[in-house]
Amino acid sequence: MKDIADELSEHAFFESLNPGTIELIAGCGVNAVYKPEEMLAREGSSADELFVIRKGRVALLMHSTERGSLQVETLDAGDVLGWSFLVPPYRWPVEARAVQTVHVIRLDGKCLRDKCNADAELGYELMRHFAALIARRLDATRIQLLDLYGQLEQ
Amino acid sequence: MCDINRRQQDTEDVFTLDIAPPPGYPGFAPGQFNMLYVPGVGEAAISISGDPQDSYRLLHTIRAVGDVTAQLRNKDGRSHVGVRGPFGKPWPIEAARGRDLVIVAGGIGIAPLRPVLYTVLSDRAAYGNVHLLYGARTPRDILYQDELMQWHRQGEISTTITVDAAKPSWKGDVGVVTRYIGRVRVDPENTVAMICGPEIMMRYTAGELLLKGIPMRQIHVSMERHMKCAAALCGHCQFGPYFVCRDGPVFRYSDVAPLMSTAEF
Repeated sequence: MKDIADELSEHAFFESLNPGTIELIAGCGVNAVYKPEEMLAREGSSADELFVIRKGRVALLMHSTERGSLQVETLDAGDVLGWSFLVPPYRWPVEARAVQTVHVIRLDGKCLRDKCNADAELGYELMRHFAALIARRLDATRIQLLDLYGQLEQ
Repeated sequence: MCDINRRQQDTEDVFTLDIAPPPGYPGFAPGQFNMLYVPGVGEAAISISGDPQDSYRLLHTIRAVGDVTAQLRNKDGRSHVGVRGPFGKPWPIEAARGRDLVIVAGGIGIAPLRPVLYTVLSDRAAYGNVHLLYGARTPRDILYQDELMQWHRQGEISTTITVDAAKPSWKGDVGVVTRYIGRVRVDPENTVAMICGPEIMMRYTAGELLLKGIPMRQIHVSMERHMKCAAALCGHCQFGPYFVCRDGPVFRYSDVAPLMSTAEF
């Protein structure tokens, strides 16, 4: 039977990390399952966890008085959710809700932060991975902001 | 003048005209366009969005963005329209035979790519893995959804449809189409890619395809410019050294990438 370290090493986000680093990260993780519609995170609440999605789909939602609730992104197997655990004030900027049954490895954010503070190499490796992820999501957000598809001329 | 057989409202602001081809019309290749003429108003270049093997009708999927297309929106099954064409360089379908194919569409950019899908489906075994990635603004803006999902369910074309934003009831993908390129399973060296959508989306998409290892010369884009004469005479559609109406609208990305990074003035 696979343990958390095995599952992390097969996940797209962590697969390039060395086995020792993965063991350290795995020590902060447990397996968890969320049913459809179940909330993984509430907007504005404390961001204490990193979700490593193994199976299923999670929707990220934002709420506004003018437009109601809107899905702004979906995440699937191979994605991670919750880099807010790394960045003060450690609050969720969005709501995260299961669209289908979702299988995740739930990593304790404080446990990960403490390990990163104690082990600069681990901290650097994780930060490098998250910087790449955040940069790609920033690029995607910029494209979304342009609202391109409403303007393409014939 | 040609008879309009039927007009179909596809989404709130996009419609499709089903037009009887003019006598002697030679047929078209995927990616080509016709000039549609409304007397007293003018002409507009519109991509052909139907099946190239269907010689009884020409389909044009249109968003009303100018005078001509606004008039076309008012046409119905009792109306007529002028048709000149087909014009332009088509998608490289022959080059895709025996290879994997990645098709990436943004918004109404799916329209000139639909003839590619019909062509592939008419001889599916001649191609390797075929992936369609299609990004729309919202679920209400998705074109040809039933048809695309039917092909996906039949296992003919692996299809991902994603939207930029959606109400909570939407169960599909949300996010820009470029995000999904990393998940596509192809043999990069043996893959042909075709992209149509807003220019910046095509640039980012091509960047992701290059990261995946697909050679630049095997990536093709369809450029949109204001085409007026369709004969490379008037200069309205000049794009660097090219005229989009004659040398395009389909170009190798390797030929136009430097031009796509240049702001127009």
